[in-house]
Amino acid sequence: MANLQSNSGEPKVNYEYRRKKSAEDMRMQVVTFTMMIFFTVIAFAAVGAGFSKWFILPFVLLLAIVQVVFQLYYFMHMSHKGHAVPQFFMYSGILIAFLTILAFLTIIWW
Amino acid sequence: MSTIAHTQKRGFAGTVWEYLTTVDHKKIAILYLLAGGLFFLAGGIEAMMIRIQLAVPNNDFVSAGLFNEIITMHGTTMIFLAAMPLLLGFMNAVMPLQIGARDVAFPFVNALGFWLFFFGGVFLNLSWFLGGAPDAGWTSYASLSLASEGHGIDFYVLGLQISGFGTLMGGINFLVTIINMRAPGMTYMRMPLFTWTTFVASALILFAFPPLTVGLFMMLFDRMFGAGFFDAAMGGNTVIWEHLFWIFGHPEVYILILPAFGIFSEVIPTFSRKRLFGYSSMVFATVLIGFLGFMVWAHHMFTTGLGPVANAIFAVATMAIAVPTGIKIFNWILTMWGGSIQFTVPMLWAIAFIPSFVMGGVTGVMQAAAPADYQFHDSYFIVAHFHYVIVGGVVFGLLAGVHFYWPLMFGTMLSEKLGKVTFTFFLIGFHLTFFIQHFLGLMGMPRRVWTFLPGQGLETGNLISSIGAAFMFVGVIVLLINVVVTQVKNVKVGIDPWKDGRTLEWALPSPTPFYNFKQLPLVRGLDAFWIEKMEGKTEMTPAEPIGDIHMPNNSFTPFMIALGLFIGAFGAMYHVDDKGWALPVLIIGLAVAFASMLYRSIKDDHGYHIHKEELLDDADKGGTR
Repeated sequence: MANLQSNSGEPKVNYEYRRKKSAEDMRMQVVTFTMMIFFTVIAFAAVGAGFSKWFILPFVLLLAIVQVVFQLYYFMHMSHKGHAVPQFFMYSGILIAFLTILAFLTIIWW
Repeated sequence: MSTIAHTQKRGFAGTVWEYLTTVDHKKIAILYLLAGGLFFLAGGIEAMMIRIQLAVPNNDFVSAGLFNEIITMHGTTMIFLAAMPLLLGFMNAVMPLQIGARDVAFPFVNALGFWLFFFGGVFLNLSWFLGGAPDAGWTSYASLSLASEGHGIDFYVLGLQISGFGTLMGGINFLVTIINMRAPGMTYMRMPLFTWTTFVASALILFAFPPLTVGLFMMLFDRMFGAGFFDAAMGGNTVIWEHLFWIFGHPEVYILILPAFGIFSEVIPTFSRKRLFGYSSMVFATVLIGFLGFMVWAHHMFTTGLGPVANAIFAVATMAIAVPTGIKIFNWILTMWGGSIQFTVPMLWAIAFIPSFVMGGVTGVMQAAAPADYQFHDSYFIVAHFHYVIVGGVVFGLLAGVHFYWPLMFGTMLSEKLGKVTFTFFLIGFHLTFFIQHFLGLMGMPRRVWTFLPGQGLETGNLISSIGAAFMFVGVIVLLINVVVTQVKNVKVGIDPWKDGRTLEWALPSPTPFYNFKQLPLVRGLDAFWIEKMEGKTEMTPAEPIGDIHMPNNSFTPFMIALGLFIGAFGAMYHVDDKGWALPVLIIGLAVAFASMLYRSIKDDHGYHIHKEELLDDADKGGTR
């Protein structure tokens, strides 16, 4: 979205700039998409290979978190400018939810 | 629809239809004020019945079962159906004007939020006429509420679920509005404090209501489909409800108090003729209170047996909240310091608020000490504490807001004389009612008790408390008389009725045009209107040329969606009784709701434009204001 907006009065410069930006974005999307497929294959392989569940569970969860980050930052354009407020709210929500769950897992009898 | 429709005189039916279909934030604010006011009166009558029952020992004014229903409905009504909607009303009325917006971000959703709240509230209160109200306390702890017979708790669960949807929508709407629709120059750190507190309270709504929704659904499943989430005999856990309720419930009390803080932060600078002392620390304190509000829920459950580590950590976290709150208190006092103070009715409420609220805050810190809380728990000390913060904080804020923003909302000024009568009666009555309850609690009077025996030293205290409640009742009646007299006289006031208005909303003509700002104003600093006035101007500098204004069309769909859920809720509730008509009613209700949503989704409604030429016609009414 950010790269569609003109920041130059010169249409040609603007066009060149947008082309370059779009190409970069496209390259990153292809790279992350490949990596996400690769991660999924690894996750299936890890389960299929029959490792201990103490390895598989955290490992698959870690891969899942990385994929969520890719999704948000490269496919939903959170890496672009102008997403500060959604990021602030998302991280606040994650922090509060994390602290709540942590409290339940560590200090609270229930 | 064109502007002509807006300028026509309407008959009574036309006015009703206009309000049923309106998507204008100013009219929705009036709807919130009306509905919230009615529920406030209902909750007040319930409060009076509680105090009549407890005025003398061994009283049998109401039966024990009915008493439980009354206290439950008093708490639930006052929190969910009176205080919160009244605050949402002020947010609707004031916040878009304060940031220089023409409406909220989603006007349709705004109307839908109101109607969901309204039908949820009506549903809950219909329980009085349909076999008995909920009777497990406003917290509705699971073991008790699962054992409750009849449909009282079902009314509670379904009613709060529907009105909760509405509140959640309102919160999200305000967040989007404040983030995206501020006028040119209105940076975050130039936003008036009421807008800031609306912002933080909306964020709290966004994060706090989902746990309540989850808890209510679990309760619904337990009661209606025999699930066992809270039933220990079926492997469930009754304490989970307490956690879910208070993970919502503690932020909820900040959802109530923060906007009240916001109102006081507008009233005090206005009538001290000084800018707010420590603006940035006020913003910081508001945000910090919002964050900490999520990390203290277990202090409502110290005696549940969470363990010493949990109790200690939650005790310290709770006491930490006193720090940002203290920052605010000192800032208000220092705003008044050296100011040229006018003792108008809103200012009187603000001045009375400071010591009253501090008293509630001090008892709050007392209860935060977990070992001491084992003594205070479930006694009248707790009742005294939360009435000191909720009445002394939120209700004082609402009453200040009613007097302060009345000219903005209705174009007339409430009588100062009658306002002072209300203030005197209510303030005296408030302290008379609740101060003595601290001592009743320390003497051992349990909370939610139906009656008490003579000869235990509780008679005098309870009688004084009941007399105080009568004083508050008189105060509210005088306020109602004030409202009626003011509206019958209908003396219109002009722009900036308090003469010392500081923020954008006072720069608008009265009554506010339905499009709010002909041209969006240029904001050049905190207290935007005050800055212009200090430079000898009478209006804001426009930030744009006059152009077409895009407006949303009125819609009856929000009413229909809420009505559908309201009808469906009856079907869901009576379905467990094996009533033949229950399932069809449930299906019809949901069909109405979903058909209305479908209609909204597929019918294109692009709104309409007010054309530049029409706006130029009333240029004589005053430029950009």
